[in-house]
Amino acid sequence: MADRWSAGVIPYAEMGYWQPDYVPTDTDGLGAFRITPQDGVPPEEAGAAVAGESSTATWTVVWTDRLTNHEHYQAKCYKVDAVPNAPGQWIAWIAYELDLFEEGSIANLTSSIIGNVFGFKALKALRLEDMRIPVAYLTTFDGPPHGIVMEREYLGKYGRPLLGATTKPKLGLSARNYGRVVYEALRGGLDFTKDDENINSQPFMRWRDRYLFCMEAVNRAQAATGEVKGHYLNVTAGTMEDMYSRAEFAKQIGSVIVMIDLTVGYTAIQSMSKWARRNGVILHLHRAGHGTYTRQKSHGVSFRVIAKWMRMAGVDHIHAGTVVGKLEGDPNTTAGFYDTLRKGYVHADPVKGLYFDQDWGSMPGVMPVASGGIHAGQMGQLLDYLGEDVVLQFGGGTIGHPMGISAGAEANRVATEAMIKARNEGKDFLKESQDILRAAAKHSRALDVALSTWGDITFDYESTDVPDVVATPTAT
Amino acid sequence: MRITQGTFSYLPELSDEEILAQIGYCLDNGWPLSVEFTDDPHPRNTYWEMWGLPMFDLKDPAGVMLEVTACREAYPDHYIKVNAYDASLGRQTTALSFIVQRPAHEPGFRLDRQEVGDRQIRYSTHAYAAGQPTGDRYGRG
Repeated sequence: MADRWSAGVIPYAEMGYWQPDYVPTDTDGLGAFRITPQDGVPPEEAGAAVAGESSTATWTVVWTDRLTNHEHYQAKCYKVDAVPNAPGQWIAWIAYELDLFEEGSIANLTSSIIGNVFGFKALKALRLEDMRIPVAYLTTFDGPPHGIVMEREYLGKYGRPLLGATTKPKLGLSARNYGRVVYEALRGGLDFTKDDENINSQPFMRWRDRYLFCMEAVNRAQAATGEVKGHYLNVTAGTMEDMYSRAEFAKQIGSVIVMIDLTVGYTAIQSMSKWARRNGVILHLHRAGHGTYTRQKSHGVSFRVIAKWMRMAGVDHIHAGTVVGKLEGDPNTTAGFYDTLRKGYVHADPVKGLYFDQDWGSMPGVMPVASGGIHAGQMGQLLDYLGEDVVLQFGGGTIGHPMGISAGAEANRVATEAMIKARNEGKDFLKESQDILRAAAKHSRALDVALSTWGDITFDYESTDVPDVVATPTAT
Repeated sequence: MRITQGTFSYLPELSDEEILAQIGYCLDNGWPLSVEFTDDPHPRNTYWEMWGLPMFDLKDPAGVMLEVTACREAYPDHYIKVNAYDASLGRQTTALSFIVQRPAHEPGFRLDRQEVGDRQIRYSTHAYAAGQPTGDRYGRG
């Protein structure tokens, strides 16, 4: 022990952060980090360094450790595994004592887990692949303000994906013109329309004007269809005070849903979550900015971790990928995100990139949102990959319809209902999807025109964020 | 207008055979069926009248269809829907709900606007038919 406390610099592994015999307890938080050590740094030392820098350690020995029960507070790297087919990369498995984290604070959790450590010089790159959140810690968070079940009961919509569209163009429409898009899309058959992430309150359209015109559109569409409709009013703003005042106004004029962007930060998200539950307003989260740190496999934070944190922080909707659309999304990896958001218990599954079993206790599920380059012709694949508890958002695929926005909306709704009906009848809907859509199009000219406009549009590029265990082709 | 509540309102009306197939799917999933009817189709009218209790122990699609038929005979001009219920932990909610009968004429909804200050408008939605007492709203009752 004398060596451990000599002044100077000693390897992290020798300071107690490498404990290959450690058996994690049920109340430990667990992290799986992809580490790329600098040349000459052994993986055990690199893993220990990550454990150290994300918990108690600093670069040198400090005698004040001896004033604490330091072994209790040290994170422990208990395993390193070489990554298949990726020389120089290892997965470091690290356990954190429950006591390290403040109850109910994503900010505190992440300040430890992804705080200093990602800039650490001894590593070329570092990626947080997954976390196991112990139920004991999970229950200190509120979770989704409503969750999937409550949202469906609130809207009175069951047995099929919900449908939405983001108003386009994203920028430049006046409030009055913007509301026209909302009305046409909702009247045509969509359940929701949406502000885009960068529609907040710019000079060409201030938030209050937009909200008023959008609610006229929502109410007109409700009366025209007899269905509950909603528009995600984006309340993202420069300060918390502004967000609260926009959200209060949205509630006052009768909106069932508001939205925020991931860029507002974890604490603001948690504050808005509490507001949403207190006020009975569904909370949509647009994952703006996540691609800067989730996409590259060697460095950053996997979206499955962000999804987990956001379910804890408490949102009702979150964008989680389409597989078949224009944005990044390997099918298996995306399935892992959807499981993480929706299921009560998620089993570790390397094929889906899930490193840990995760028990969600009784925390409700988050409705995943699939948005970006999808159209009615892909309905079979969308239902197969994403299932029923999802919001399918067709922006261009609604507004770009040659017969108009309302026809675009109708095409998407007819395609959805026809595919659900066929699936329930026991048809092999994936294989027969084009036949099912063509048969439905006989009763809907809107769908017929949609299929001839976009029928064969695909976005077939290789994914960058794929699980290590199997080579997986992208969807076609 | 056509009220588009329920899972299949954008498709042509389902035939009895197609309704039976959907009921079969629900029973295969272990979801009991129930039949409900109303002459108040307001989008926020959650509680339609129950045509008896949910059929927790009925496993035969034809048996469920008999109840649909009986309800149609009793209320030929009402809205009727079939619901499937998923009682599994984590769900405990409706799994599927679709309209199987609607009135021949659907007059739809009036949207009332009350102008208040600051350009705000208070909206409320009224079914035209709801101006009549229940039972007198859509033809024969």
